[in-house]
Amino acid sequence: MSAPILSTRGLSRAFHGLQAVSNVDFDLPPNEVRALIGPNGAGKTTFVSMLIGRIPPTGGRIAFDGADVTDLPAHARVARGMAYTFQITSVFSRLSVHENVALAARRRLGGDAAAVDGAVTQALARVGLGDRADDAAEDLSYGHQRLLEIAMGLAQKPRLMILDEPTQGLAESEIAAFKVLIRELAAETTILLIEHNMAVVMELADRITVLNFGEVLAEGTPAEIHANADVQAAYLGTGGADA
Amino acid sequence: MSRALILHLGLLAVLLAGNVLLPAYHHGNMARIMVLAVYAMGYNIAFGYTGLLSLGHAMFFAAGMYGMGLAIRLADAGALPAMLTGLAAGAGLSLVVGLLALRTAGVSFMIVTLMFSQACYLAILYFGEWTRGDEGFVIQAVDRTLFGIDLSDPGNRYIAAWLLFSAVLLLTLRLVRRPAGRVFVAIRENEERARLLGYDTFRAKLSALVISGTISAAGGAAYGLLFGYAGASFAGVQYSIFPLLWVLLGGAGTVVGPLLGTLFMFYLIDLSSGFTEAYMLIAGLVLIGLTLFAPQGIAGELRRRLWKGLP
Repeated sequence: MSAPILSTRGLSRAFHGLQAVSNVDFDLPPNEVRALIGPNGAGKTTFVSMLIGRIPPTGGRIAFDGADVTDLPAHARVARGMAYTFQITSVFSRLSVHENVALAARRRLGGDAAAVDGAVTQALARVGLGDRADDAAEDLSYGHQRLLEIAMGLAQKPRLMILDEPTQGLAESEIAAFKVLIRELAAETTILLIEHNMAVVMELADRITVLNFGEVLAEGTPAEIHANADVQAAYLGTGGADA
Repeated sequence: MSRALILHLGLLAVLLAGNVLLPAYHHGNMARIMVLAVYAMGYNIAFGYTGLLSLGHAMFFAAGMYGMGLAIRLADAGALPAMLTGLAAGAGLSLVVGLLALRTAGVSFMIVTLMFSQACYLAILYFGEWTRGDEGFVIQAVDRTLFGIDLSDPGNRYIAAWLLFSAVLLLTLRLVRRPAGRVFVAIRENEERARLLGYDTFRAKLSALVISGTISAAGGAAYGLLFGYAGASFAGVQYSIFPLLWVLLGGAGTVVGPLLGTLFMFYLIDLSSGFTEAYMLIAGLVLIGLTLFAPQGIAGELRRRLWKGLP
């Protein structure tokens, strides 16, 4: 196994005494599609929020690409090659679709307008929004806004892309298109996917990490996780592992 | 040359023509309006483009005015070094205020800027020995000569106001079309998203505030130099509210909006005070009407109806 692009040691976060994430050791090798699953309230979003730097951990360290990034602010982590798409759609709604993606590309490409335009056109074409470039982002349907988020991620050319529940609220047909897109992306970047839709997870993920009560409950291939009694118990809430 | 540049250069040409076409009364008004519009354009960088609602910009206007005026009064400086002192005062003050006030956001930011501005106003009164407090002080005509040109002459004064206005207008136009200006807009629209696209939003907001404060100071310094007076009332709370009103009326986040808003408000008060003593009532009613029917301001409405690409 090659050196992990992302790893955490003892990563923890407490909110007013409630331990949302507790002592998580996590390693993500490059070019893998890793799914992060777990019941509601398992601490998934808290965990990735610490990875990207939206909230500080109360304990533990985070390393990205061999360097400790625990104390870096979010924008500096993004500058090093992480990208994050929000669970609740967060685009610049009054700006054009083109400008949304251009803002994502410009941090990397600077004032080179031609290169930025090229990157925008390419990213929008990949998610199938090429003909909507001049529309305001708020005029897009919900599903298209989610695709716009992905296009913004693409334009950053990240080495690690964190997708927080990207298929939430999408129609079946949109989910199918999304799966194709992620499979293409997996060839060029590492993906950490937080996802509720098990069909999507089982189909896309190389490996799966299961969080429960803020701790890693299990980790393995989709088949292993599928067969894991602890995981079934956590999801069904029957305590069946001991049964 | 882009359509936007042609439009703005055309506006500057019209304003320049005003120097020979306008009757004396309006000629004087227009010089004043252009200088005040510089202040409004400065405010617009922070509020209109970056979404920083400051209620204390009078401190930057006054920093420019007093930086310039005191350099002449106390150090017997020439007009040019005095202007530069005013600019430096505005830049320095906005940097310090920004470093402190930008740790807050939203309503707290409004209150903190208001408080800083009041502190500056009170400081002007407190140091009355130098500033002459409420009364203020006159800047003598003999001190108002720049490169051998007498700025107390109405024609020269108009051209000087026009030159400053043009410089700031073109600077703003360039800024908002460059990547740095686009980041300001991104912060106004969704700061958290901008941060997670890798932009250091604190630094960007600080630059916006320093640019804004320095341009506001340029307006204040020019106002004192061209009209020959510096007084504490320019640091008062109403001078923090004026640019907000002008920008809202003209169109926040548009390059021409500040001029349109300043012009509109100036003549609204000027004309209505010709009819009645209760001119603020008329002004108030017109303002309510405008907020109801053109909430984006004059230029904002033009952008919505006629030309989406208006910068």
